[in-house]
Amino acid sequence: MTEDFWIFPAQFLLSLLLAPFLTGIINRVKAIAAGRHGKPLLQCYYDIWRLCRKGEVISESASWPFLLGPSIVLGSGLLALAMLPLGGFASPLGFAGDFILAAYLLGLGRFALMLAALDTGSAFEGMGASREAAFGALAEPALFLAFLVLSSTCLDLGHYSTRQTGQAFSLGVMFHGQAALSWLHGKPELVIVPLALFILLLAENCRIPVDDPNTHLELTMIHEVMILDQSGPSLAMLIYAACLKLWFFAALVAALVVPPLPFWAGTGLWLFAVMVVGILVGIVESVMARLRMRRVPHLLGMACALAAFALILAQVS
Amino acid sequence: MLESLVFLPLLAGGIMLAVGNSSLCRLLLPLVALVHTGISTRVIIQVACGERPAGFFGLLAPDALGTLFLMLASLLFLATSFYSIGYLREEEQAEERTCIHDGRPFTNAPERRFTACLCFFLSAMSMVTTTPHLGVLWVGIEATTLSSAPLIYFHQHRRSLEATWKYLIICSVGIALALLGNILLSIAFCVPQNGAATIVLTDDVDSLGWFMAHAGQASLPWLKAAFIFLLVGYGCKMGLAPLHNWLPDAHSEAPSLVSALLSGALLNCALLGILRGHQILLAAGIGGFSSSLLVFFGLVSLVIAAIFIVGQGHYKRMLAYSSVEHMGILALGIGVGGLAVQGALLHSICHSLAKCLLFLLSGNILARYHTYSSYDVHGMRLAMPVSGALWLAGFLAVAGSPPFGIFVSEMLVLKGIFAHGDLVSAIIYLAALAVIFVGLSVAVLRMVQGSRPGDMPASLRKRREPAWSVVPPAILALIVLGLGIWIPDWLWQYLDKAAALVGGQLAAPDF
Amino acid sequence: MFFANVIFLLLLNDLFLLAAPGVTWLIRLTAFQGVLLGSLLFDMDHALLGAAVLGIKGILLPVLLARTYKHIGRREKTRHLNHAIAVLMGVLGLVFSLWLENRMDLMPGLFPDLLFPAAITTLFCGLILVVGRATALSQVIGYLVAENGIFLLGAPLMAAGAIWFELALLLDIFVAVFVMGIAIGHIGEKFESMDTARFRSLRD
Repeated sequence: MTEDFWIFPAQFLLSLLLAPFLTGIINRVKAIAAGRHGKPLLQCYYDIWRLCRKGEVISESASWPFLLGPSIVLGSGLLALAMLPLGGFASPLGFAGDFILAAYLLGLGRFALMLAALDTGSAFEGMGASREAAFGALAEPALFLAFLVLSSTCLDLGHYSTRQTGQAFSLGVMFHGQAALSWLHGKPELVIVPLALFILLLAENCRIPVDDPNTHLELTMIHEVMILDQSGPSLAMLIYAACLKLWFFAALVAALVVPPLPFWAGTGLWLFAVMVVGILVGIVESVMARLRMRRVPHLLGMACALAAFALILAQVS
Repeated sequence: MLESLVFLPLLAGGIMLAVGNSSLCRLLLPLVALVHTGISTRVIIQVACGERPAGFFGLLAPDALGTLFLMLASLLFLATSFYSIGYLREEEQAEERTCIHDGRPFTNAPERRFTACLCFFLSAMSMVTTTPHLGVLWVGIEATTLSSAPLIYFHQHRRSLEATWKYLIICSVGIALALLGNILLSIAFCVPQNGAATIVLTDDVDSLGWFMAHAGQASLPWLKAAFIFLLVGYGCKMGLAPLHNWLPDAHSEAPSLVSALLSGALLNCALLGILRGHQILLAAGIGGFSSSLLVFFGLVSLVIAAIFIVGQGHYKRMLAYSSVEHMGILALGIGVGGLAVQGALLHSICHSLAKCLLFLLSGNILARYHTYSSYDVHGMRLAMPVSGALWLAGFLAVAGSPPFGIFVSEMLVLKGIFAHGDLVSAIIYLAALAVIFVGLSVAVLRMVQGSRPGDMPASLRKRREPAWSVVPPAILALIVLGLGIWIPDWLWQYLDKAAALVGGQLAAPDF
Repeated sequence: MFFANVIFLLLLNDLFLLAAPGVTWLIRLTAFQGVLLGSLLFDMDHALLGAAVLGIKGILLPVLLARTYKHIGRREKTRHLNHAIAVLMGVLGLVFSLWLENRMDLMPGLFPDLLFPAAITTLFCGLILVVGRATALSQVIGYLVAENGIFLLGAPLMAAGAIWFELALLLDIFVAVFVMGIAIGHIGEKFESMDTARFRSLRD
């Protein structure tokens, strides 16, 4: 029991440590695909360290939402990640229905970021915030539908360890790993869920078909434009929070493809799967062009439709 | 003998395609029509005498209902085949052909293709009307669509291509839905027997007699679903109101003799498909369901037709909407049941003849005036006296004026509605008929009366009306008139017999 | 297991058809659908029909469609329904067909699991394509998809001795005719509707 108790915090710390590394992997994949040498893999760590040592410039028109924003974003990101089972081990913070809290912690972070962006009074940042709000509203139903598919599958399969039905509605059970192979055993709809979550990953983390993380001065950006006025440690916090969010979604996808295994094998495979997700994101970013703004809702709508479709089939079969 | 109804036109069409000589085509076409009419007459006499002729492995075994429509198709084909001889000759001699809408030149499809498709069309309609097998019926309806599409595209210009495309796509979706209806029908008869989940279907399945004999065991919700799809599917083809969109376009762009066949013969064939479903539902004891649907669609067709006829400037479209109206009356009459069924069947006879007459005349008018607009046609009584008189007579017939047969049949339907006690339907029916009468009369009178248009070329002004263009319509007009004045006893008996199949009562009317 | 997975892929294919961005993708997806139908028949031990279906719906018609598309080379510019609404309607169609399956008392054993809803959904998606797409070729593809749905529904009845299943193949004739019509007549965008107003304006 005591041993088990330490596993999760250890994995959590490992996640915190490795999160910026995932960004490095994506950038490296993109660089290789483009035929460049690319930034160092640890560039994100250097950036964060450099920013932490710098001073901060705060706009005269900014007030407390701008100042508080980065810490709320980072805090909510940390909490959300802490609720997620990592490497097949349920979080001690988990409870029945915790997926709602996790989703809304992410939502809180989004809200704080949008407020901070609006608070600067810049029209440019307000535009980014409004886009973030619109796409976030479309992404959320897809996320919930995907969670519901998983929980209804768990109810069907029935081999979760607890006594209560409600436990099927906790992240710890949903992502325990039994979803990984059951698509081979008469639950083909579970193939769709990682796909829908991957689309969400791209949208929520402002990756390429939705937003371009490399441009700062384009009229069509979302995330980068919102943090334009941030500097110094605040910017470092926001960058780190973005890494955590990316890790959160990559871990969601990874947990769906890793079957339940013994501790070391499970954790290793899980880390490997997260890195593979990172590589996939890099490949998608290299081969696709950014969608036109009007088409983004179609993409998110497709993710919603896929998740809804899976949910319907999960109820039937 | 029955086989020749289907295969003789098929053979003739094949010969026309293979040989391709236009004089041979023009000789063969009326010949086929005459032989076909002869055989049809013999079959209808046999059926009227109570025999059950059958042939081709039992796939062709006409009953009273189908034979009635067979006879109509055959008669109309006879009339149009004689008309077509002159028509094709004129088409061949025309120096220049320009599209009436945009003035661009166009070419005609090869004549042999046209005449061969006419024969194929007749063959398909014979198949539909003589078979008791629902699968063959469905194939026949599909064949009518495929064989009549090239007929609509005889004048190869943009508008007729559009009309053909619309006709094909709407009717083929309808036919696909009808197939779904047939499949659902089969599902309805797959019921557990003796506790075990065995399937009832055995040999000789899919034929009407089998379905009706086993109707008691069928699952009722599935039967209802099947009828809905049959109604919607074949209703597309028949031109029942919300599904009638192809009808005005195809009828207005097709050569007039093709419009005559489409309107007078093909729509009846599609109706037959719906009636087969109705028969099965009647046998299963849920005729009320199909009846009420028929009444509903019939009334909707009447109202929609009334709305579109008023102020319609395109006289062929006007006739097409009038077909929608009359199909509505047929559906209404059969749905109401009782005496109205005989009325509806009589109505189908009179309507087919009258509509054929009108469409053939519209071809004459088009050739003389070279316009589709009824506002531009005037002075027909001077320019083409025979056609003008017949046009007026045809209008009176189709609008249901007293000396003609449609008056009798519409009265019978009205009587049936009153006997059924459905006051709302009666009011809608009468109101729509009144509106349509006014709408038609405005256009027709405008066309017949007045003075000759001044800008008519002298060559057209002097021309007499050739016999081929007025004799077939005149004969049709005489028949419709005759049916209005005196209906022979044997015809009544025959109608009773046919009506009994679709829920009509046997008592002869008392006038 | 194989059967259930094919049905699942068929349903997924329907959704992708509705979301397909262009005619090329539509053609590929219909070809895939034809292959799925054929493999379904193989699974039901009708090898001969399965091969025929594979040949006609999986290879012949898609090739014909692709050649015609190349021949015309017209991109789809407008559509009457956007992707998202079409896909949403497809999902609603699935829900509706599941509801229908519960509502109607099916004879146990006649239809394998999910076959009835899959067939109805496919039919529904095909009709959505017919209505929602603007080019003639995409409408024909929609018709083909709808017809595949009907075909699927007729498949179990073949064991029961009904002929509907074989007849459904006849509908492919229509598809072929349409495609040839498009090729010959160069029908691109659907025609503008015929308007009776222009005849009214001729009034003198």
